[in-house]
Amino acid sequence: MSPRSEACSAMRRRLIAAAALGLLAATWGCGKQEQPWHSTNITGLMPDLDFTLTDGQGRSVTAADFQGKTCLVYFGFTHCRGICPTTLATLAAAVRDLGPDADQVRVLFVSVDPRRDSPTVLDRYQARFGPQVVGLTGEMPALRALARRYRVGFSYDPPGADGNYVVNHSSAIFAFDGRGRVRLLMREEAGVPALAADLRRLVAE
Amino acid sequence: MSAADVLTFLMPYEPSPFVWLVCGMALGLFLVGLRRLRRRGRGPSPLAVLAFVLGLLLIYVVLQTRYDYYAQHLFSLHRLQHLVLHHVAPFLIAWAAPQAVFAAAVPNSPIRRFAAVPGVGPLYRGIQQPVVAGVLFVVLIWLWLVPRLHLYAMLNLPLYNLMNWGMAVDGLLFWWMMFNMGDPRSAPGAYFGLRLLVLALIMAPQILIGSSIALSRQDLYDVYALCGRVLPIDAMTDQQIGGLLTWIPAAMMSVAGALVLARRWLELPDAVAPDALVPGPRP
Repeated sequence: MSPRSEACSAMRRRLIAAAALGLLAATWGCGKQEQPWHSTNITGLMPDLDFTLTDGQGRSVTAADFQGKTCLVYFGFTHCRGICPTTLATLAAAVRDLGPDADQVRVLFVSVDPRRDSPTVLDRYQARFGPQVVGLTGEMPALRALARRYRVGFSYDPPGADGNYVVNHSSAIFAFDGRGRVRLLMREEAGVPALAADLRRLVAE
Repeated sequence: MSAADVLTFLMPYEPSPFVWLVCGMALGLFLVGLRRLRRRGRGPSPLAVLAFVLGLLLIYVVLQTRYDYYAQHLFSLHRLQHLVLHHVAPFLIAWAAPQAVFAAAVPNSPIRRFAAVPGVGPLYRGIQQPVVAGVLFVVLIWLWLVPRLHLYAMLNLPLYNLMNWGMAVDGLLFWWMMFNMGDPRSAPGAYFGLRLLVLALIMAPQILIGSSIALSRQDLYDVYALCGRVLPIDAMTDQQIGGLLTWIPAAMMSVAGALVLARRWLELPDAVAPDALVPGPRP
């Protein structure tokens, strides 16, 4: 065997070994039978929770302030007539369903309408949904950066005669575990029992 | 539209140095090669130059401008993005056949050395077999439209890039095979019939995929609702337009390709026409 072909076959052996290892890891992963979640499992698909925003008291808050809590991130605006209050009410009900564990969860409602949603407005709004709902907003660049990080979009329709306008925004609820890692993509339509069941599992981890 | 709006549109939504490098190098080398050939009084026709530059520009625009933001948030614009990346732009580039221009720019092409790496040559020839390339072309369209995989690709940036860049690369491979297959001296009629057949055959699955999306009564890709449609368009209209784009213009590209191919077939020198290969006395 020439040195060249020897090097080649050594490389081939290494490649085969790597492929076999990969296959083994894959089958082992499949072997671990896990209960499916009600929501879509997106573990590892998106970056960890990271932001610097302003809360209802006008304080600057970051993701680190929520360490150890299961966080649900939802984008919206307080003037929203339909989906935002419905979603927040559903999430608040699911969190209440956890009983004493409810305090392990925070619903981060990120307003993408900072022009109308001042901290004061947010503070009054979040009080409607209970202590686990935290209203957040920020400067436009910070909101754009956060939206891009979680691949959501938002835009503003032209204002009507009364000056009010509709904000087109996402409906996804991104669930992060206590270490800030993305875990689930939740939908409001799933309903309180399903969402509460998923939350219970996340909190118990 | 103000200058600021234009600037906003031109700014990439997800800046990718990789795309800048590839597109920039392709354009730079093409221009260098073009100048050298022109100085020698040769070079491609102005139409071929236009086709190449337009193809490259289209790829850049759909990947690295604000267009990408809208394509991430509307199914119809996402389908248009793939139509450009997989069908239109690679078609133009392959039709322009810029290999002579690149060879003039880089006389000792590193591609030739890369092709000499064991395994690369056979692999390339394998995926450039007309039937294999056709299957690959259709399977890729289908694969990224599997709803679950589509959802993952829209949520995960590396997967999203893999999808888009993969479409562009596969598009280039496919149309390259169609228009530039083989060495015309050694294999004059290299699979002309087979290539035409593949062009016809890939229409059926594309029509099937596109029409089943366009005619579906349910929202197949709820990721766009979940992540926010940024223009006021309802989910079903968006899906129908996206389905139609996958169905009709995509399949029409096969017709355009067949016209190009048929013309090239007819233009083959008589010396290699089948009857000329039959031995025997000529009249």
